[in-house]
Amino acid sequence: MEAGQDPRGALVRPYAVTRGRTEPQRDIALEAILLCTGRGQQEARFAGRDKHVIASICDGRAQSLAEIAAYTRLPLGVARVLVADMVAEGLLALHEVMGFEDADGRMEVLERVLSGLRRL
Amino acid sequence: MDSAGYSRFGRPPTAITSAKIVIAGGFGVGKTTLVGSVSEIEPLTTEAVMTAAGAGIDDSSKVPGKGTTTVAMDFGRITMAQDLVLYLFGTPGQTRFWFMWDELIRGAVGAVVLVDTRRVTDSFAPIDFFESRRLPYLVAVNCFDGAPRYAAEEVREALAIAPEVPLMLCDARQRESCKSVLITLVEHAIQSLRLEMARSTRGGSPVMR
Repeated sequence: MEAGQDPRGALVRPYAVTRGRTEPQRDIALEAILLCTGRGQQEARFAGRDKHVIASICDGRAQSLAEIAAYTRLPLGVARVLVADMVAEGLLALHEVMGFEDADGRMEVLERVLSGLRRL
Repeated sequence: MDSAGYSRFGRPPTAITSAKIVIAGGFGVGKTTLVGSVSEIEPLTTEAVMTAAGAGIDDSSKVPGKGTTTVAMDFGRITMAQDLVLYLFGTPGQTRFWFMWDELIRGAVGAVVLVDTRRVTDSFAPIDFFESRRLPYLVAVNCFDGAPRYAAEEVREALAIAPEVPLMLCDARQRESCKSVLITLVEHAIQSLRLEMARSTRGGSPVMR
């Protein structure tokens, strides 16, 4: 099926909300956690509808990039551009994902995940 | 300045770590069922726009335009602590979207390859992929009603997987069953990381495989 025939329609111009930009200012992992900052709580409403919605989704709730994309129904690439902008603008705080670099840190996360699963 | 945003919640801005596990397997094998069995939220869907040619997402010359398509991924969430969240991502059904898989496995704890014994060949591509990327994985045979039951060793042989790769039977609809699949995967990932760390402290000399 061609995109133009997509009944959801919204996909015809997915990058209109980013004014055509398709490259995020920084790479953000799918599972990276974002939280609305104090500035975001006060200023996101002036940053446009999409950014305001994203700030509300992350206000007081740790939400990943994937969740933001799902709740806003924005394609992942579009959500990533907007979220990266908002991090640069101080509207969102970006949290760590499990690192690669440091094997000890990685082991610690794995062990915490394991005990978390056992407690479920 | 930013810390003011947290004062309302009465705690300092502590770092929140997130980790993810990838759930792979053929179409209709029960990936989303498994995710839903352990997730604290109804599985969500996120979509990536890409070109039909598979040249990659976010190509401004092609998006939006003819020949774009979307790849959908279902995922769930388990909040383990205030500062630790685990995500479970189902892979897109079509294995031709490999570029999406690379993004999915980046930083992942490991992967579960869910197998339907009626369509064992569907799992060849994910297994090859995880092996080539050296991502710890295990094979979980989803025991569908009416599907032929095989001994674990027969499935292992059919898939030609190494003896150290865990293989287990599961029921993707049962929370306890899915929990033990995930626990076994993380134990396997810890074991693999231990081997890797031991190898690197020995100056990179290869240890047993």
